[in-house]
This record gives sequence, C-alpha cells and structure tokens, in this order.
Amino acid sequence: MARMIVDTANHIAGYAARAARVKVVAAYPITPQTTVVEKIADFVENGEMDAEYIRVESEHSAMAACMSAAATGVRTFTATSAHGLALMHETLHWASGSRLPIVMVVVNRAMGAPWSIWSDFSDSLSQRDTGWIQFYCADNQEVFDTIIQAYKLCEDERVFLPAMVCLEGFILSHTYAPAKIPDQAKVDDFLPPYKSGWVLDVDRPYSHGNLVSPEWYMEFRYMIQESMENAKRIIPEIDREYGKQFGSEYGGLIERYKCEDADLVLMTMGTMGSDAKLAVDSLRKEGLKVGAARVRVYRPFPSEEIVKLSRNVQMLATIDRHISFGMEGFLASEVKASLYAVKDRPLAAGFIAGLGGRDVTAQTIEKIAKKSLGYMHAGKVERETDWVDLKE
Amino acid sequence: MDAVQKRRKDLPLTPLSCPSVGSMGKTGFWRTFRPKVDYSKCTRCTLCWVYCPDAAITRQDDDSPKIDYDYCKGCGICSNECPAKAITMHREEE
Repeated sequence: MARMIVDTANHIAGYAARAARVKVVAAYPITPQTTVVEKIADFVENGEMDAEYIRVESEHSAMAACMSAAATGVRTFTATSAHGLALMHETLHWASGSRLPIVMVVVNRAMGAPWSIWSDFSDSLSQRDTGWIQFYCADNQEVFDTIIQAYKLCEDERVFLPAMVCLEGFILSHTYAPAKIPDQAKVDDFLPPYKSGWVLDVDRPYSHGNLVSPEWYMEFRYMIQESMENAKRIIPEIDREYGKQFGSEYGGLIERYKCEDADLVLMTMGTMGSDAKLAVDSLRKEGLKVGAARVRVYRPFPSEEIVKLSRNVQMLATIDRHISFGMEGFLASEVKASLYAVKDRPLAAGFIAGLGGRDVTAQTIEKIAKKSLGYMHAGKVERETDWVDLKE
Repeated sequence: MDAVQKRRKDLPLTPLSCPSVGSMGKTGFWRTFRPKVDYSKCTRCTLCWVYCPDAAITRQDDDSPKIDYDYCKGCGICSNECPAKAITMHREEE
C-alpha cells in the first residue's frame, strides 16, 4: 500500500533510493554532505535497505566508487552539494564517458566565495557540460518521483548516461512536506533490475576509459550527444507512464501552467516554478494573460518544446537562480538560442533572482511579470538582463 | 590497433580494452636506459617482477627475472627496488 509521509526532501530522496533498490551508495559524510545519505545510512544500518554503504574520503572518491560499482553491474547512488560537487567535477566526465547510469542527488547550494550555505543553481549549472542529465525539482514529491524516473531513464539502453536530480537547499532540502511513498511491488514493476551496457567481469577481463586516438574520439562524443537526444524523447514517455502508475505527472521536459492563451510566459527552474504559478493566478485575476513554464530537464535542453511553447506568445521572461559571469543566466541564453531560427519569435528578457538563497516569492515574480509586460507593450526590451531586488 | 572497428555503429558504448600483448605496438624503443640483471647477485626475491609497472618482467623456472626488452620502457623501478643491487641501468647506446 502506498503511504503518505511528511518529511524533508533530503529524507524523501533517501526513501527513493531505498525504493529503487540501490545496491551501492558511496558518499563523503562531512559537510557539504546532506541528510540524504544520513537517511540512507539509517536504512542500511536498520536492515531496511540491502545496500553496500561506502564512506569515502572525498566527493572525487565517492564518484570513483560509484563508477566502479556501476561498472560491475549494480545500481548506484550518491548525493552531494555545492563545493562537494565541484570537487567531483573530473569524475563526472568519467562517469558519463563510461556510460554508467549513476543517479546523484544534488542539493543546490550557492558557491563561495563569499561563503554561503543557502541555495542557488551555481553548483549544478557549473556542471552543465559534463554529459550528465539534469533534472530540477519543484517539491518533495517530485524529488521522490524523479529519482525513480531517473533510474528508468538512465538505464535505458538508448540512453546509458548518469543523471543529477537537483533540489534546492533549505527550500526543499530541510522543508517538511507530504509525499506519497508508493507500494514497493509497484516500484519494482516500474523499475526492473539494472542491466548494464557493459560489465566488469573477472572471467572476461578488460579495462575501460582507455586512450582513444583522434581517429575515434569524436565518434564516442557523438554517441553521448545521440543518447541525450534520445533522452529528450524518452523522458516524457517515462513521465506519462509513471503518472499512469503512481498518479503524479510533471509534463515531461517542461511543466506548463496556463500557457495556452498566454501573451507572457514566465520561465523558471526548480521551486520558483511553484511561486510562478501563484503569481500567474494573481495576475490572471487582474485580467493579464500570463502563463508559467518550468524547465524540469535542463540537460538535455528542451529546445523543441520551447519553440512549440512560444508559438503564440509575445514575450518570454526567464528567471535564473544563477549567473554565468560575463554573460547572463544560462536559462536566458539557452531559451534565446532555441528560438533563433523561429520567425516572429517572441521578445525575451532575462532576470537574475534568488542568488545565495534570497527569497523569490510570488510577489517578486509578479513584479518581474509586470516589468516584462511593460517591455511587451513597448515592443522593446530595455534591459536584456535585470538583477531583481538588487540594492543600490 | 587491428581490433578497432571501422564503423560507428560497431563501436562499444565506451572504449574497452581486452588484455593483450602490446596492442599499441612495441614500446621498448621508448627506452633511454636499459636494465641489466646480474644473475650472480640475484637472490630470486621476485620484487622486480612485483614492481614492474608494465609486466615486462616474467619469472623464470628458478624465479629469476627475465626482462622483455620489446616492452620494457626502461623506467628503472626494478633497479631501484632490487635489494641485492642486481639490476643496473645502462644507456642504450653503451
């Protein structure tokens, strides 16, 4: 029987790892580590989870251990945050290049300096080009559901790539909210045991990650790109199937809210997507045709979906909890890049908000919407990138 | 490099190498210094065989080392590790 629990997103991520019957968890146990792996340690200790729990000396080693475990053909999991993820950077490339479907929870936390323990996406977005699939969640239930879906996706032979399931520090990580933990037998049906693309076997020894000459390196890179494109098709299928089985569906790559007749669409990632819905409801009461679109999957980037979404839209406002220094928010850049080939494309304005855990409320988003509507009526975007609530 | 497939669709997911002798060709010509074993000093401790990073040393029937000069790159680890100082390094041209 499915049951409702009230817990933090970190703990719920632990429940998801247990439900996925993860066999190896390797984690660095000290800050910036989170209670995700603490919960899993409890499960393993209490005999509620049949997994090998490896305490390692760094996040770099955590990923190396996960890779080795995954290469022996077992389902693996780890979690990290901020500077831990940064330390892991090199091994992230190795995991994707080795085509190992590891799932990792990233608790989004701003990067220092200055030191911050609060949330923004600068940690995971800095890992954009590592070949990892990236999901961004808006609530605790979605964290659970996305972890299960991520294993289903990553272990698909058309994909065989690792994935990060990102959740914002404090906003989700330490916030108690209800989540439905489905019946184990149903999860088992949805997520059969992992069958790897290749496996380390002492009876048939070989090594991996070897030197490849310029003659073939590009082909291996192209295969990763192909798999990302496949993932773009498969993610909505998995989301629909999951919805049928368990009742929660998230719109595949992008969650849309009242976009059908919208003049202005507010584009967000993560929990800002929920606040954007509140803002939309309030603006609709004023008769303003505003919709919200939450990019749930950032890699692969849903360019085609954004083109479709923008067909009858006059204005797009992207809200980034991140800044690519010297340019603009990643979401802003990539939304605009997706639309370049479209004739009569909508205007686009970028907003930087919520860095280092600053609150982005529905009221903040309403303010962004009003400014964007101003641009829309003027037919001209005055400032391509606006820093919201920046002190003078 | 003979084992490399010729078409993309035939490639494995990620490059995998099966153990084989010198799949990258003979590497002994990389050597600047050549290890020489003085069998009269060798105590058959097999440490050189343990330490050789290229598996270019094999154990003979009496446990004395045999260096495969087709693959020995001349790193000198065997010479450094040998407690009996039975392995010495000599410039190739000597």
